[in-house]
Amino acid sequence: MERPLTQHIRPDREPLTLREYEQVGGYQAARRALQAAPREVTEQVLKSNLRGRGGGGFLTGQKWSLVPPDDHNGPKYLVINADEMEPGTMKDRWLLEGQPHQLLEGVLLSAYAIQARVAYIFLRWDYKLAARRLQQALAEAYGQRLLGANILGTPFCLDVHVHTSAGRYMCGEETGLLNALEGRRPTPRSRPPFAVTCGLWGRPTAINNVETLCCVPHIVQRGGEWFRALSRSPDDGGTKIYGASGRLRKPGLWELPLGTTAREILMEHAGGLADGYRFRGLLPGGASTDFLVEQHLDVKLDFASVEKAGSRLGTGTMVVLDDRTCPVGLVLNLMQFFARESCGWCTPCREGLPWLARTLQALEDGLGTPADLDVLEAHVRAIRPGHTFCALAPGAMEPLGSALKYFRPDFERHVADRRCPWRAG
Amino acid sequence: MLTEQEQQAIAEELRHYPQPRAAVSEALKIVQRHRGWVSDESVRDIAAALSLTPDEVDSIATCYSMIFRRPVGRHVILLCDSVSCWIMGANPLQAQVGALLGIGPGETTADGRFTLLPCACLGACDRAPAMMIDDDLHVDLVPEKLGELLERYA
Repeated sequence: MERPLTQHIRPDREPLTLREYEQVGGYQAARRALQAAPREVTEQVLKSNLRGRGGGGFLTGQKWSLVPPDDHNGPKYLVINADEMEPGTMKDRWLLEGQPHQLLEGVLLSAYAIQARVAYIFLRWDYKLAARRLQQALAEAYGQRLLGANILGTPFCLDVHVHTSAGRYMCGEETGLLNALEGRRPTPRSRPPFAVTCGLWGRPTAINNVETLCCVPHIVQRGGEWFRALSRSPDDGGTKIYGASGRLRKPGLWELPLGTTAREILMEHAGGLADGYRFRGLLPGGASTDFLVEQHLDVKLDFASVEKAGSRLGTGTMVVLDDRTCPVGLVLNLMQFFARESCGWCTPCREGLPWLARTLQALEDGLGTPADLDVLEAHVRAIRPGHTFCALAPGAMEPLGSALKYFRPDFERHVADRRCPWRAG
Repeated sequence: MLTEQEQQAIAEELRHYPQPRAAVSEALKIVQRHRGWVSDESVRDIAAALSLTPDEVDSIATCYSMIFRRPVGRHVILLCDSVSCWIMGANPLQAQVGALLGIGPGETTADGRFTLLPCACLGACDRAPAMMIDDDLHVDLVPEKLGELLERYA
């Protein structure tokens, strides 16, 4: 099984130096691509069926095709979303810490494809080790003229800056991220216009996730069709970094063909549930995805199949619910997170999420009534895309709505017993 | 007054952006790195340095959880309270911090040694529960060994 993104990452994550990275084929794709037309990079990425790995699942090549090629009225930008803050997600940390040059080569190729002259890596505040290693890799790359002016003797110039954030989930939402980069509060922007035509400082901007860009050197080097065939699903190309956390024997991260089933990840790679725990459900791609349960374990974890099963692939890093963890308590934990991280820009999110958190807290404290379940249901129906400014609040409804669907008897027991059945005493 | 060192660091950041406003979060972090927190006076100084109003700077300072607008202890404990760490025992860990140091979330020990702050997912979910103390990430924590860990931070 091929693992292009992670095969050279050492078990202790000590990163490859520029020299070591070049010895395993690094920057060969960039050397070749910069001798050809920018459009050829995009063509290969289109052929590869690479979809955005940050959670959106938009076709990367298509996104780049929407950046106007003939706009020369000012700079175009590439923004790398490395603000990995979705609870349950730790995949980009692996790539950032373990192989920073792979990301930088992906940045170089992608910037070349859309002819961006400046790229910003928007990094999570707490990824301190990743920040140091990225700066080190940048210095090496500038030193060898792989970045900066006239890269590798060609007319192409690219400056890459690392912007470290200061802790706000909204910065992961792409228009919130743009505002944050400009030095404004990370509230969302209305769309249209879309970032690809009017993004950072009003200029065309492509925003891509770390894992997405780490795929690009391999696509350019070995061809879009090769990359596409790595996947087990017809509509998606490549491998995916899957992860699992919770009460498992071996929680972790694995690069596997896109379309690997939930069961295979859970049972083979994560080793199944820890001793004394039983499986009840999982959030397939972070906090803002719907629960999948036993009946879904054989679903292929690709974008279309997970959607058909009623959830979203999201970031591909699953959080597992076991039988000794209260599902109401888990959803309360998520709701407190979403309520805390709401930017307050639109009413359903600012007012609705704290109300839901208080209602769930009441259930946990044994103060819930049957009418509270109706309140929860009503919010799930009301807070949906189109009723809010961005995807934060609808995302918060996904674990709640699906918990009400699959674990309803547990909610009802909280009301009937006037206490949380999982709490001692 | 910003020190020369702070001014230089901010000037360095300004070179990365076409507009000075964009350096505001970096400027806040630079001041915090040198002083531990961001005072009203620092907010005014940063505003002057970036041609913004103090209110504009404060609107940014107050929206980020890792910009401290009040003094903190010598060491800041950031305890992840997001979902994977919650499943794996963030609450018993927080209780243990309370038992050892006598502080709850948002509080600082009387001797000014530690401040405890809950924080969102640290991106170490496969090694939960996790916390950061200052710039160090600590993973696979168990309450029984917490005392030992805290000893390392004088």
